[in-house]
Amino acid sequence: MANITKSPWIIHYDGSSCNGCDIEVLACLTPLYDIERFGIINTGNPKHADIFLITGGINHQNVEIVKNTYEQMVDPKVVVAVGICATSGGVFRECYNIMGGVDTVIPVDVYVPGCAVRPEAIIDGVVQALGILEKKRAKLAAEQGGAKK
Amino acid sequence: MINPFIGAILFVIFAPVLGGLVAGIDRKVTAHMQGRVGPPILQPFYDIFKLFEKESAVVRPEINFYIFCYLVFLVITGAIFFAGEDILLVIFALTLAHVFIVIAAYASSSPYAHVGAERELLMMMAVEPMLILAAAGMYVATGSFFVGEIIDFQLGGGGLLVTWIPLLFIGVVYILTIKLRKSPFDISTSHHAHQELVKGLTTEFSGPTLGMYEIAHLYELVFLLGFVWLFFAGSPLLGIVVVAVVYFLEILIDNTNTRAKWQFALRSAWLAALVLGVINLVALVLGIIQPGTLGVL
Amino acid sequence: MELLLFLILFPALMGFIFLVFPNNKARDAMVALAALVLIAATVILFIQNYSAGTVMYEIEPGAISMAMMALEVMLALAVLYLAVKYRQWIVGALAIIGTGVVLFAETLFTGPEHMNNLFVDEFTLIMAMIIGVIGSIICIFATGYMRDYHHHHEEIKDKRQGFFFLLFIFLSAMFGVVFSNNMFWLYFFWEITTLCSFLLIGYAWDEEARKNAFWALLLNLLGGLGFGGTFLYLAFTEPSGGLVMLDSLIAAGPAIAMIPAALIGFAGLAKAAQMPFSSWLLGAMIAPTPVSALLHSSTMVKAGVYVIVRFAPVYDASFVGFLIALVGGFTFLLASGIAISQSNAKRVLAWSTIANLGLIVTCAGIGNAAAVWAAILLIVFHAIAKSLLFLCTGTVEHRIGSRDIEDMGGLISILPRITIMMIIGIAGMFLAPFGMLISKWAALRAFLETPYGIFAVILIAFGSAATLFFWTKWMGRLLEVAWKPKPRREGEVSKPEFYSLLGLAAGVVIICLGFPLLSSAVVEPFLIGIYGIGASLGEQNIAIMLMMMVVVFILPVSLIFFRRDRRVIPHYVGGRAATMDMQFAGSMGVQRKVELSNYYFEGIFGEAKLGKAGNILCTLFIVCIGVVLAMGVIA
Repeated sequence: MANITKSPWIIHYDGSSCNGCDIEVLACLTPLYDIERFGIINTGNPKHADIFLITGGINHQNVEIVKNTYEQMVDPKVVVAVGICATSGGVFRECYNIMGGVDTVIPVDVYVPGCAVRPEAIIDGVVQALGILEKKRAKLAAEQGGAKK
Repeated sequence: MINPFIGAILFVIFAPVLGGLVAGIDRKVTAHMQGRVGPPILQPFYDIFKLFEKESAVVRPEINFYIFCYLVFLVITGAIFFAGEDILLVIFALTLAHVFIVIAAYASSSPYAHVGAERELLMMMAVEPMLILAAAGMYVATGSFFVGEIIDFQLGGGGLLVTWIPLLFIGVVYILTIKLRKSPFDISTSHHAHQELVKGLTTEFSGPTLGMYEIAHLYELVFLLGFVWLFFAGSPLLGIVVVAVVYFLEILIDNTNTRAKWQFALRSAWLAALVLGVINLVALVLGIIQPGTLGVL
Repeated sequence: MELLLFLILFPALMGFIFLVFPNNKARDAMVALAALVLIAATVILFIQNYSAGTVMYEIEPGAISMAMMALEVMLALAVLYLAVKYRQWIVGALAIIGTGVVLFAETLFTGPEHMNNLFVDEFTLIMAMIIGVIGSIICIFATGYMRDYHHHHEEIKDKRQGFFFLLFIFLSAMFGVVFSNNMFWLYFFWEITTLCSFLLIGYAWDEEARKNAFWALLLNLLGGLGFGGTFLYLAFTEPSGGLVMLDSLIAAGPAIAMIPAALIGFAGLAKAAQMPFSSWLLGAMIAPTPVSALLHSSTMVKAGVYVIVRFAPVYDASFVGFLIALVGGFTFLLASGIAISQSNAKRVLAWSTIANLGLIVTCAGIGNAAAVWAAILLIVFHAIAKSLLFLCTGTVEHRIGSRDIEDMGGLISILPRITIMMIIGIAGMFLAPFGMLISKWAALRAFLETPYGIFAVILIAFGSAATLFFWTKWMGRLLEVAWKPKPRREGEVSKPEFYSLLGLAAGVVIICLGFPLLSSAVVEPFLIGIYGIGASLGEQNIAIMLMMMVVVFILPVSLIFFRRDRRVIPHYVGGRAATMDMQFAGSMGVQRKVELSNYYFEGIFGEAKLGKAGNILCTLFIVCIGVVLAMGVIA
């Protein structure tokens, strides 16, 4: 059973990005890259999503929202930090308002660097995330099976 | 006429399979219309199986119960229909099922789900008259409310149902867009990420809860296609072709229209029911319409 | 026959006892006791007579008729006194004209006196059950409710002695209406219900209550003129008075009975609060809740539809009948629409009552056997579900201090048992497989069998879509629960209130499960007696219906499974941190509360707009009836 790798639904959140990476994320949906080939849907709803795609760094305004969105997601779930700002804060790292990369708030599973990230890299990152997602699912299933026994 | 129980059992077992395939083809065709490759045909099945692999987390436990009721009553709706029973009863069971999904959305107390619930309710109100008038038209034309007898009437030389109630058929196709929650009437929830309401009705459903909802949706899809088929049941193969054409039309409309406001949805659906329904029914009662009047078949 | 007289006289007698009995506690106990006796008596009557068909009872009318006439004059003078005192000139004029015409007509009849003054048939029995059982339960409820009522409204003078007097007189008069075969008697009881409702609506007797009470009186006296007209007509066409008997008039057929049927239909339309008369029923909301429940479910308006359904065989397949059906049909459609725009629970219930009575009138106007089957079942289902809803609303109002549906959000966590009963009532009003829907379904089938029926079908199709909307949104509001519920307040509900609600809720369920029995044992024999054919839904359909019902009752078992512990996450508020009790982090560090409310569509379904349209249309149809009949007379 590995249906989760065939149907990863995404929620995309724009932290404090310059919108460069966001445009590339959306480019993934276009006919050229068409990520729906992999069963990927951009749901826009954390309760439906399996993959949390974040662009841009974390600042004091959005930290609560990133945390809340992550908590709203149902296990198994993975986080993909898209772009250099999301992985480490990028050029904004030293800014007064930036706390750093996404991993300062929530655990990140895949880092996709780049400024801006190329769609190919995003797709590659997501596909890597699928492997982690499947492992988490297996672990969850084992835990639940164990709990039942 | 085949044994009613066989029809019902076949529906209960195979409707999700058929529905899933239709939904998969839908997504493939949509993708091609947009110049994309699109997901595999079996994608809807992957989606549903995935949802059941996920953790069960809820806003309130009762929601699962309401959605389970939704699923059960949609299955019952379709089963009654395919068993050849009373069409009015089918419509009422369908309404009951939808009341449960609306209640589920209300019970989640979420702002997005709440507005989704209101809109879904509004859409139910928009389609109800057309469905009842269509049933009335079927009765006037064939002398029976029973789906089985309506089919027998057509097979027994009564002419295709659509030749008696062509305008009502058009009306049903019109509200089919609302019932399938396709653009421009996908205002309560939608498959696409262009919702100002997040996911409207389904916002708070996740994992297996959403899985039940999706399965119910497949049952509903097959039932609705069966309803369209009924208009051509006198010639079963032609009926299937028409169903395919109508569904293709729905996909085309879905892809070429922006979302409408609820005002338009309600007004247009009621206007369609009023104009198409009344003209057709009055013509039928007065005997103006006979099969063959339109030169069809 | 003794039982009939007992049912008419016993409540009246008890009423007079209550009037002079000052001790509240003892009186409440006596009310409960009297109500239980009434319930028992009606059940015995039902069991004794349900298979007996139509039974006439001979009573020497002489002295009784004289007494009634004297009472009528006295009551007319009393109304005249009040009308003059409060400068309600039209009411006074109507009271004089109405009584005067009837008295004048009575002198014109020359024939021998007729003996068959009381009767019982299957329809009467059903009505008697509704009045006796539901009416009595409402009286029991009222004992608990009125205690709270005066506790909450200290400014209103405590007139509970008079209140219970009126309630019981009301029940007595209602029994009189349904048992009378002599139409003069029927008219006497009819006017008493009008007067009782006038006094009950005006219970608070402040300016608004008085205004609404007089308005109700005015419209009902206006409707009562229909009876006066009937008596005049009969006096000139058949001076021997043979047609003053209900059974002989209906049996005389449309050729003779059409004009009386139309005139009494007019009286019925006014009493049943059809458009353009609907405003009195809304004004009646000013009265304490048990009065509303009584007016809406088992008495008053049901007297209106009772006479209309009685005359259904005369309307059958006639143009006049079709026009009456149109009045009912448009009332159903527009009143259902207006109910969408209301947020006050009692007003929603009032408009829905008007709508459902419209449906009954439509059935009666169409008048074939199947339609009358639907009409009678509608009367039954509506009476029980609506009384339950009214009493629930009243109970809730005393607990949460509001009758606004918006304030009932999450009520299921505050008053769980009351709310479940309320939901049973709501489901009974519009959902398959419950009560009303069965009749709506039967009505649709019945209409399609008649030539003009298709227009009624169209009205019903749109109207029922509207009912779907306002009931479901109400139900949704009740179930919309925040995670941290407010404290339960169920313990505050008084015993008489709680048990009468429980009885009615059980009644809704029982009648939904048992309607096939009711249909085959009572309603079908009645139809066969009149039309020679029965009507029903077909065994197959009833079987499926009952199966669905069983599913509905089994499904809650699955809650045991779904309630097992699983992770609970707060709802999604656009990523803002939200708490379980529906608070979320707003901007600038302010904690905000999620406020949800329903759609009302004032612009589309506004009361003023639709009400005006309905009044104009329905007045037009009523005028048309007059014109059609006048042309018939001239030709």
